[in-house]
Order: sequence, then C-alpha cells, then structure tokens
Amino acid sequence: MISDYDLVQVTLLSLYVSGVATIIGSAIGIPLGALIGLKEFGGKGLVKTVTFTLYGFPPVLSGLAVFYLFSHSGPLGFLDILFTPTAMIVAETLLVIPLVTGITITSVVEVDRSIKDTVKALGASSRQSVLTVMREAWVGLIMACMIGFGRVIAEVGAAYMVGGNIDGKTRVLTTAIMLETRMGDFEWAMALGVVLLAVAFSVYLFLRLLQEKELL
Amino acid sequence: MSSAFRVMGVTKRYKDVTAVKEVFLDGNSGEILGILGPSGAGKSTLLRLIDLLESPDEGSVEIAGKKVTLHGGEACAVRRRIGMVLQKPVVFNRSVWNNLAYGLRLRGWDEDKIRKRVDEELEKLGLGDRKGKNARTLSGGEMQRLCFARSTIFEPDTLLLDEFAANLDPANVSMIENMVKEYAEQDRSRCVAIVTHNLFQARRLCDRVALMWNGEMVEVAERHKFFENPDDDRTASFVKGELVY
Repeated sequence: MISDYDLVQVTLLSLYVSGVATIIGSAIGIPLGALIGLKEFGGKGLVKTVTFTLYGFPPVLSGLAVFYLFSHSGPLGFLDILFTPTAMIVAETLLVIPLVTGITITSVVEVDRSIKDTVKALGASSRQSVLTVMREAWVGLIMACMIGFGRVIAEVGAAYMVGGNIDGKTRVLTTAIMLETRMGDFEWAMALGVVLLAVAFSVYLFLRLLQEKELL
Repeated sequence: MSSAFRVMGVTKRYKDVTAVKEVFLDGNSGEILGILGPSGAGKSTLLRLIDLLESPDEGSVEIAGKKVTLHGGEACAVRRRIGMVLQKPVVFNRSVWNNLAYGLRLRGWDEDKIRKRVDEELEKLGLGDRKGKNARTLSGGEMQRLCFARSTIFEPDTLLLDEFAANLDPANVSMIENMVKEYAEQDRSRCVAIVTHNLFQARRLCDRVALMWNGEMVEVAERHKFFENPDDDRTASFVKGELVY
C-alpha cells in the first residue's frame, strides 16, 4: 500500500458529497417532476423530452459549467468555493436533478387515473391532490432518489474538475481510484473500488430495509 | 323537495364520440335516483360531469341551486359537498384508518374529532380490528365498503355511486345496499344518485329511475311508472331485458 491518505475520511467525504447532492437534487427534482407530470401546460412534451435527454448529461460538462461559474473570472467567483466539497455538491446536484425529475414524472403519471379521480372527488385542492398522488407514487420517488445517489457516488468527472482531488480536502473514493490507477497501484485502486461498491450496497440495503418496514 | 343537482342541456364529447347528448336531469333532496342504461350509454360520464371531474362542452350543471363550472375556482368546494364512489374500489396505499380519515383531513377537521369519528365508523364497518393494516390487503367487498364509508363519513349532501356493487358477491351487495339506504334515510335532505345496469338493484333502491341510451336521456320517471308503465318504447324494452345493444 502506497497511499497515506485517510481512507475513512475519503469514504465519509464521498458519502457526504453524494448524500447532500442527492438530498438537494431530490428536494428540487421531486416537486418539479410532480408539477411537470401532473399539471397541463403548453410545451409540456418538450420539457419532458429535454428532462429525459438530460439523463445522459455528461458529468464532465456539469463540472465544466460549475467550474466556469465559480472560477475567479466567473460570475460567482466571489464566493470562492471552487475546489471545495461545496462546489462538488453543486456539480453533482446538477446531475441528480434531471434523473430525479424524470423518474418522478414517470412515477406520478403512472399513478392510476382512478386514484387521481378519487382524490379530487374526495375534495382535495390542487395542492392536496399533487401531494396525495406523490405519496401514492412513493416507491417510484424513493427509487428516483436511489438512482440519483447511484449516479453521483460513482461519478468522477465533475468531482475531479471542481474538487481537484485535494488530499484531506476534496478527495473522494472515485477520484482516489483514478489517482491510484495513474500511479500504477492497481491493487489499491481495486480495493477502493470494492469500498465504493460496499458503501453503495450499504446505503441501498439500509433504504430497502426501511421500505420493507414501511418506514419509507 | 329541493334540487340537489340539476343538469341542464349538457353535452360532452371526446374527440368524435359524443358521450352525453343534451341531457337534462334533476336530482332531488330526499330521493335515491337511479340512472340505468347499457354500457357506453354515458351514465358514468354524466356522474363525472355532476362531480365536476369533467367539463361539459355545452350546457351547465347546478349544485344546490348554483351554477358551477370545473374551471370557475369553486370545483374543490363543490366536490366537498358531494361524495362519489367508483365501480372499482380505489383505496390509497396506506392504512384502513388513514383511508377513512383522508377526506376529513382534507376538510381540516381537528385530529381528536377525526379519531373519534373514524373509530366509530370502523366499528360500524366491522373493520376495527384491521384499522392499522394496509387497505390494499382487504377483500374486494371490504374495500368497497371502506370506499363507501370514506365518501360518506363527511356527510355529503349529494352521493354519487357509479356501479358501486357491480363486482361484488351477493352478500356484499346486500351489505352495501343497506348502507346506501341507511345513508339516504338518516337525513332526508340528502340526494343519492346511483348509476347501474342492474334493474333489480334499481327496483330495490330507487325512488325515481332514468334511462340513458347512446348518450341521450330516454326517460325519467317514478320507479313504479318506470318499471310498470313507461312512456318510451326503449324503456319498456330495457326493463323487459329486450333492448338490443
């Protein structure tokens, strides 16, 4: 083993950055997806198509956009957050939003029409209707968050570009794997990969157990 | 006898299909009104128009003497005075107790009052021991009784029932029909409108009966006249089971 950085710290930072990005991205994507899915408005088809297209939004492009925004010559450069976990969270949030929005759209649209009619017939206001349909689509919404988390815990482009893989500050599991590979320490890189998978597995297992116990 | 709802010359089209054609119909307080007709006659669409789940292309709907529209901002308030039960029992993915409490919560009832009312109703339904279970684990008959109770627990002035017993076994049909009669008799200011294609059910429950055919209102008459001495030949054929459709 040649690496001397703290594996626990790197793992916790991965969880922190991906977790916060998932929470913020879901907090934006779920209501947005519910509104797009349940409200009628002009250009809805185009909005949905754009959202689904952004499923494939390249992480490196998200990183580039955030890098530009927060670089010293960029419009938000005064915030001085480039090469910090905060910038990484912003870049990863941009990756989570389209996924969560799109899966939410599909989930709420899939809720049976008889449920939507019953909700209205029982006297729900527009807001109450949307909230009830979202609750009926709960499994899909949890799935959206899980897929969003899966995307960002495993991505490297955005994290590297705006985080910079600084030891003790912005190094996460994926950027550490990249570093070890470049340094030729494949065994350690593979070991980090196993840790990454184990982290993802633990998170999904925890969520699944919560779902099974109907706590989610 | 005052009018609970009034349908005035309503037409509803879906693309090239006219589901309801210039229909006039009154539902009065203190009566159970049956709306009969073959499948595709426009009966369910008519109920949806009364409950402001659909907007008419022509004509208008009055609830308690006031003209109302789906997009007029009053749809939610109007629906809160109406209960509706669909053919397929629709329960939410939550406990039996929370299904029953749903409509009361929408209306902003106090939680203590909700708890007392829901518990009472569950005992009446015989579901008190399963109040914490997910409503989707109930049998079809239990689900439909739960749906009926959920739509009547807030005591709406008008109750619309769309083929509410079509998929149930005779024992459950009898139970839920008794619930309908009891609801109507508890307060004679209530109006219950039942969509059905079951002639026997209409005979058992209804004070007045209407026949719809191909989107049109063929005839509306007192039960005895409707079944024994109808004005329209199509009604006569329908009650004899001869109408070809």
